[in-house]
Amino acid sequence: MTSGTISISTNDLHCEFGEVHAVDGITFEVQTGTLFGFLGPNGAGKTTTIRLLLGLLEPSSGSAQVLGYDTRTQADQIRLHCGALLEQNGLYERLSAEENLDLFGRIWHIPAERRAQRIQELLEKMDLYERRKETVNSWSRGMKQKLAVVRTLMHNPQLVFLDEPTDGLDPVAAASLREDLVDLARQHGVTVFLTTHNLSEAEKICDQVAVINKGKLLTVGSPDELRLQKSAHSIIVVGRGFNEALLAELRTFPDVEKVELQDRHLVVYFKQETDSGNLVQFLAAKDVMIDEVRKGKASLEEAFLSLLEEQA
Amino acid sequence: MIQDIATLIRKEWKEVVFHRGGGRQSWISMLILLGLLGVYLPYLNGTDWLQNPMALFTWAWVPLFMTIGLVTDAFAGERERHTLETLLATRLSDASILFGKIAASVLYAWSISTSCAVLAAITINVTFPNNGAFQFYAPAMFFGGLAAVLLIAILISSIGVFVSLNAATVRQAYQKLNLAIMAVWLIPFILLQTFPDKVQSLFMKVAPVLDAKLPLIIGSVFAILIVLDAMALLLAKKRFKRTRLILE
Repeated sequence: MTSGTISISTNDLHCEFGEVHAVDGITFEVQTGTLFGFLGPNGAGKTTTIRLLLGLLEPSSGSAQVLGYDTRTQADQIRLHCGALLEQNGLYERLSAEENLDLFGRIWHIPAERRAQRIQELLEKMDLYERRKETVNSWSRGMKQKLAVVRTLMHNPQLVFLDEPTDGLDPVAAASLREDLVDLARQHGVTVFLTTHNLSEAEKICDQVAVINKGKLLTVGSPDELRLQKSAHSIIVVGRGFNEALLAELRTFPDVEKVELQDRHLVVYFKQETDSGNLVQFLAAKDVMIDEVRKGKASLEEAFLSLLEEQA
Repeated sequence: MIQDIATLIRKEWKEVVFHRGGGRQSWISMLILLGLLGVYLPYLNGTDWLQNPMALFTWAWVPLFMTIGLVTDAFAGERERHTLETLLATRLSDASILFGKIAASVLYAWSISTSCAVLAAITINVTFPNNGAFQFYAPAMFFGGLAAVLLIAILISSIGVFVSLNAATVRQAYQKLNLAIMAVWLIPFILLQTFPDKVQSLFMKVAPVLDAKLPLIIGSVFAILIVLDAMALLLAKKRFKRTRLILE
């Protein structure tokens, strides 16, 4: 697989449990070597989608291909080439960290010498090597999570599914893991399919994001596209000389939806895309000292919440 | 597939039987069993131990006790400790996972039974020497005994894994399996009690005739065990569905 090819492709994928539509006709593609963020609230269908893509569940209808293999008929091949960190870390807590990794190395038929090297390399990278002989049940949640991520990468998979990988990690470890994930995708061409509640994390590292809620895919695109798509038409003016009378006058303008003053930041929300020139002229005429004018841009979190509100 | 099954066996033994914290207890139980069946009872029975077919029945009970802990943990334990989904998401095939779990408990029980038998022979040779001649079981008895142990271990392990697949917790699996084993042992006796006196006395008359045809009876028991093993394995295989397990 090389960059430019498709690692995951779903077509009108459905998964029903009785009356519940856990996944309701989702269609999307994930490019090879990219970090794909799959965002959604609890119970949105993220984990079910991962299970469908790993061939652990059969879709009710529709189809999906992972690394060119059909999830219904070639699930063994998919699992051979993928790594997965699912909802639970899945570590054998009575075994040591080294034994856990050794087990998964054996499962993927990694030769003994290479297995030992790989275990050392991965544990050192995560600062866990010194404690490799300890049973995992004595470890903190963050350390276990790090080990679970490492285990996922043990066999150098082409594609990794990570369900909330930074959950339980301290900020430093989370940042380090994010760097590693970016490195995996950029340097090694590994495709990363990541679910997260942490939208700023998705914003920082994902090339593409998809938003799912109640089993339905609400949007797919780059974080920038999503932010722009859902950005309110707002203009932010930084300066001095704002007063209540000025704000009240602005609110009477027919194309103005809302006006807010936050510290020295005046935020004017328009009903549609508007040129900032008229606003600047108006403010200058009212003796406002303007330091900076810029167009408002929604954060990914705002865009995400806006999408969920629209669906509701 | 053999390599995958071996990996699973290794994992089961390390994680369930000899894990740190619980491993010492496993070693102690094993040593008690070896001491009892490999040293104490043979010492009490003397050279009879190597000639008496009852010894064979003693071995046959061993796997029953040795497999229960391991097989009930097979799937219910993984489910309880939240490791099942990760295991199912690996490259291991359904057959490797299922047969790996069964083989782990079969080999564990069988190796302990074999060790007990060999240790018993050593005990007899040391405590009751026969002018320097090495004493051992009759080949038919020794190999027949080991084969019986193997078949019984497969039967119990397959039923145990089936029960474990259907249980939410290890405790539930343990209780269900104990009930199942009790039923297997008690039902024939209860059924016999329900027969009229005439039929029961007929059984008693036939018994001495049966004694004369011991090889035939043993052969039939083996044939029945093989059929039961095959049925239990098929039942467990039919129940093992990744897509079903993931939702339970």
